[in-house]
Amino acid sequence: MSQTLHAAPDAQLDFYDLVEHEHVAHDSTRIGFWLYLMSDCLIFASLFAIYGVLGANFAAGPSPVDLFNLPLVAVSTAALLFSSITYGFAMLDMEEGKKGTMLAWLGLTGILGAVFLGLTLYEFSHLIHEGAVPQRSAFLSAFFVLVGTHALHVTFGIIWLIVLMVQVGMKGLIPANQIRVQCLSMFWHFLDVIWIGVFTVVYLMGMLR
Amino acid sequence: MSEIDHGGAVSHEPAVHAHPDAPDGHSVGTRRSYLIGFALSAILTAIPFWLVMNNVIADTMIATIVIMGFGVVQILVHMVYFLHMNTKSEGGWTLMAAIFTIIVIVIALSGSLWVMYHLNTNMMPGMVMDPSAPII
Amino acid sequence: MTNEFWTFIFGRLTWQAIPYYEPILIGTFAVVAIVGLAIVFLVTKNKLWGYLWHEWFTSVDHKRIGIMYMILGLVMLVRGFTDALMMRLQQAMAFNGSEGYLNAHHYDQLFSVHGVIMIFFVAMPLITGFMNYIIPLQIGARDVSFPFLNNFSFWMTAGGAVLVMMSLFVGEFAQTGWLAFPPLSGIDASPASGVDYYIWALQIAGVGTTLSGVNLIATILKMRAPGMTMMKMPIFTWTSLCTNILIVATFPILTAVLALLALDRYVGSNFFTNDFGGNPMMYVNLIWIWGHPEVYILILPAFGIFSEVASTFSSKRLFGYTSMVYATVVITILSYLVWLHHFFTMGSGASVNSFFAITTMIISIPTGAKIFNWLFTMYKGRIRFELPMMWLIAFMFTFTIGGMTGVLLAVPPADFVLHNSLFLVAHFHNVIIGGVLFGIFAGINYWWPKAFGYKLNQFWGKISFWCWVVGFWVAFGPLYVLGLMGVTRRLRTFDDPSLQIWFIIAGCGALIIAAGVGSMIMQFYVSITSKDKEWDTTGDPWDGRTLEWATSSPPPQYNFAFTPIIYDNDAWADMKKRNAMRPTEGYRDIHMPHNTWAGIVLAGLSVALGFALIWYMWWLAVLSFVGIIVVAILHTFNYDRDYYIPVEAVLAHEGEHTRLLSAGK
Repeated sequence: MSQTLHAAPDAQLDFYDLVEHEHVAHDSTRIGFWLYLMSDCLIFASLFAIYGVLGANFAAGPSPVDLFNLPLVAVSTAALLFSSITYGFAMLDMEEGKKGTMLAWLGLTGILGAVFLGLTLYEFSHLIHEGAVPQRSAFLSAFFVLVGTHALHVTFGIIWLIVLMVQVGMKGLIPANQIRVQCLSMFWHFLDVIWIGVFTVVYLMGMLR
Repeated sequence: MSEIDHGGAVSHEPAVHAHPDAPDGHSVGTRRSYLIGFALSAILTAIPFWLVMNNVIADTMIATIVIMGFGVVQILVHMVYFLHMNTKSEGGWTLMAAIFTIIVIVIALSGSLWVMYHLNTNMMPGMVMDPSAPII
Repeated sequence: MTNEFWTFIFGRLTWQAIPYYEPILIGTFAVVAIVGLAIVFLVTKNKLWGYLWHEWFTSVDHKRIGIMYMILGLVMLVRGFTDALMMRLQQAMAFNGSEGYLNAHHYDQLFSVHGVIMIFFVAMPLITGFMNYIIPLQIGARDVSFPFLNNFSFWMTAGGAVLVMMSLFVGEFAQTGWLAFPPLSGIDASPASGVDYYIWALQIAGVGTTLSGVNLIATILKMRAPGMTMMKMPIFTWTSLCTNILIVATFPILTAVLALLALDRYVGSNFFTNDFGGNPMMYVNLIWIWGHPEVYILILPAFGIFSEVASTFSSKRLFGYTSMVYATVVITILSYLVWLHHFFTMGSGASVNSFFAITTMIISIPTGAKIFNWLFTMYKGRIRFELPMMWLIAFMFTFTIGGMTGVLLAVPPADFVLHNSLFLVAHFHNVIIGGVLFGIFAGINYWWPKAFGYKLNQFWGKISFWCWVVGFWVAFGPLYVLGLMGVTRRLRTFDDPSLQIWFIIAGCGALIIAAGVGSMIMQFYVSITSKDKEWDTTGDPWDGRTLEWATSSPPPQYNFAFTPIIYDNDAWADMKKRNAMRPTEGYRDIHMPHNTWAGIVLAGLSVALGFALIWYMWWLAVLSFVGIIVVAILHTFNYDRDYYIPVEAVLAHEGEHTRLLSAGK
């Protein structure tokens, strides 16, 4: 059927894979999404660099000490951290095929994410009300863009989560949906990692000055 | 087929580490590992908040280093317990990509801070350049 | 209909945005309109819209997408080169009180758009086109990891090009140079649409490029044929891997910086302003952290092409494969450590300058090692002076000289004299034309038979070659001289009449290059329309060494009926040496991905979004943004993404290929 080699010193070698292996669907998806996350890390790194260089330029305007409400930030941090573990529980239920409880944990994750967003938006509106607008100084521009970009990512994460819940509801835990839940899991935990950077560098270090 | 080296395929041998593998080879957590990660993260968040809110460390520089240290450790906790980072995932490429990204981030951040500090010191308005002084 | 109503609909877009007072642009528009309409007419008359839509625009086949990238790059090359000719003419004329024929408003747009087009819409698409076409074939795969994403990436790049072309006829382009430094690019100094065209064209194209980078890394890591370990990959695949790593690890920085500039312009933030705590130098700093890896993104694929060409046309294995790989990886990492050499003169001081000077000099070493490896590959090889080999030789001396002027510029005291002079301009054209463009031309001549089934016309190819090589030196040699004499870049008029002769010589060089471009177009035209083509029936016209030559020319949609198994470097050469027999039976249905309309639609909406943001048409911006989200979400509800090529089709193609192979023997 396949090949004959002319009198060659090597043992009979196969040069073509005649036994077609079962194509592993979505085999590249995890590493592909991880690579995208690495690129997203670099966007945030640029914003952190901007904050690092410009974050002390108050232009005689308000500084972190005047503006930040650490207890509020602690609550939103807790909400985000809890949402990470609820997502973790959703993943465990998905591995065990428990669609119902998985969707419940996902829903709870979304709610906690929305709480985080709500608190962030509340903080922003309070700052703007106080006159601490992005246009006031480079520090405030850098603050709003860093925290705001994170919040924007959380927003997209929540939209994605809702869409996924609909899709899991419709089609169940088919492999295509499972890989999507895994990707959102990476995204969600990555956002919490970025938040660690934000609350450390912006809020905690801001209050240390 | 025994001498075929699987070019790009993920290795299938069972990995001896905290995170069991799902059938398609990726790491999954266990209830226990998620709870440990959560507990560690909570502690690693609470302590820095407490330190700053109560002004526990007098010296700003030391306080900065301490809370950044807590931040770095918590990021690692998230990577291991939530993101299931390990040396086996995707044939080691997940870790390689993360390390390369971290290197680039460190270069970009520290390089920017260094360069901009020097530029600001030398070039901001009000600087009178003394021609006889060494330029550093 | 009140004024307010029209302002709401059209934002700041008014009739004044149409440059009817610029005769050059009116003429250009007339030509573009006539040619465009002629193309539309011909396509309609021959009922080809369906064919174009189904076979090309919605295709997820990496080969089709690769060819579309090449067409985009080559068309934009003509546009970007026209800008260059116009500048050369202006500079040759503008002496002895003459203002030349271009005012500052026009000239400043020319040098800005020339750079933007050449880097983002010529060089990047051309190298991406090659990587897209060749990588899956070289690693024995059927397509890239994410075929849908591939289609989307192409259309986003094309979308960015559309915006840049639009700026010719509606509004203006930036007059800030190709990097648009603030505060000149800020809203106060550049309130009009130019910088906004720049920002959104690059943001849209940047999304495409970054996703393409993710796609190709995943492909190379995950889809190699069994037996192809990393150190058995073809060298072009290796350099492409490093290129795409650079893309993923550096384009986000550009995305962030341009977004911050956009915020400054749109909402009045203070990142790069001179007041309220902003710092324009931070823009310069960040954009060059992107900008230096970017030039390595451009050159590494060209190095890969030259490695393949050197070994194939010397009939010899590449010398020092391992050291080539290590050199490429070292270059990848070091490219992040040199960026300040682009602004030595901005006052960071001796300690900072020295660090970056030393790193810049170090990075020339692995490149030098590569030059030696190519020479040693050719040494004692059986060299065939086909066009790809000719381009390799031209590259080796042209690029080496350009690289040496780079090392000269790496010395800060020298750079203080030469920064932003014509010496700098000559240097980077030297390495980009001599390196990237010559590599692309070598690649075109090398891989054209694979893609289209026949070789390119040799006669016109050689004319193009000589015109390019001679023309390049005649055009840029004088610029080295002028730079050393102290002439600054981007000047529109000159006071010193003794300089004019050099600009006239440079202008002549540009005309010789124009003949080279024209000859290349002739080469394509003659080759495509010839009744007497030099057909490639075997799929391996050059006695190639890597797996792309193991397929028919052109390859079938599925590339390989059976996945090859790899034992050594230069896998195809190995298979030929060991008399591997191609299987002629046992075919199966082949699993392939469906076409997609989502890529072109999403990119179209992105262009609408960009246009809306440029002209402050907020309703359109919101609508297109929402549209993008909705279409993207809708696309994810489509789970029916693939189909099977029936075994009969596979049998038909493979049978035909077998017949041609035995006829050729």
